Amino acid sequence: MADDILFDLLHSEIINYTLRNVDDNEKDKNSDKKDEDLSNLEYIGFSTGYRIIERLTREMPRFKDELDTLKFICTDFWSAIYKKQIDNLRTNHQGVYVLQDNAFRFLNRLSNGKQYLEVAPRYVAFTCGIIRGSLANLNVHCLVTADIQSLPSCKFHIQVQRV
Amino acid sequence: MSRSTRFDTKKVNSELVNLTYGTLVAQMVKDLDNPDDVSKQLDRIGYNIGIRLIEDFLSKTGTARCLDLKDTADKIQTAFRLYLGVQPNVVNWSPAGDEFSFILDSNPLTELVELPENLKQLKYSNVICGAIRGALEMVQLDVQSWIVQDQLKGDQNTEIRVKFIRRLEDAMPAGED
Repeated sequence: MADDILFDLLHSEIINYTLRNVDDNEKDKNSDKKDEDLSNLEYIGFSTGYRIIERLTREMPRFKDELDTLKFICTDFWSAIYKKQIDNLRTNHQGVYVLQDNAFRFLNRLSNGKQYLEVAPRYVAFTCGIIRGSLANLNVHCLVTADIQSLPSCKFHIQVQRV
Repeated sequence: MSRSTRFDTKKVNSELVNLTYGTLVAQMVKDLDNPDDVSKQLDRIGYNIGIRLIEDFLSKTGTARCLDLKDTADKIQTAFRLYLGVQPNVVNWSPAGDEFSFILDSNPLTELVELPENLKQLKYSNVICGAIRGALEMVQLDVQSWIVQDQLKGDQNTEIRVKFIRRLEDAMPAGED
């Protein structure tokens, strides 16, 4: 379906927009900053995830437990959005989950060498937000970080926050 | 226990685009004080999408060169169907044949959207205008595009106007011979 490309392009524009804004605001303050501020990008992902999960799961029975929820995210949710399933899910059964995608949709179009490793976090921040947002709406509150060692594979670390 | 798991991909895709776009607009409204600035930004984002989208369109459809503006309008109509899943009508040609409108009975982009009172001047769908402008610029047509009617503002239809300005000629970048 041709909508795929729209989402890809929209995603790039969101990155473009949020980074340009950060540049404008903070250029003077810290010119030698190492980490880009991706929080806005993550937040846009969060809001999107929070809304989309509600529409996706509307007709579904309740999940059994946290692991069941995570499995849903790795299979059905991931294929709906990223056109493939998560390749590997690991957990320590104490609230830490690691999702590994060996050919992540937004990194697939970058060349595989080390050259773009530095900018790769831009392309996963939105997704970190999506995961956090969808889980939040399913009552799993967590922190999500991404870890990219070699393109185009990517690991998402989910740390569930128990109250 | 079996859970019916297959989603309607087409629907999910378009909702994903809609919701993401909506969140982006919401963020922009927060960032920029003036709704007119937001509209301008949306047009710019549309432009950036358009200049890339045209390549996808050309490769998918194998479209040949357009003979006149009527031809171009038909092609854009096809693009609407391809990317947004709606078929707009091409109407309201100007006597000189250099201006026309697309009328959309329903705008898929605004399906899940309501504008609050204080944002009534926001041109939510400006991204489409920008995309048309960007895409046509890549095939050497300089056009203007704007929204005439908007269902978000209570109009019956959504009307997008396109005005032909001029044909762009190939030009060498400055400083190159």
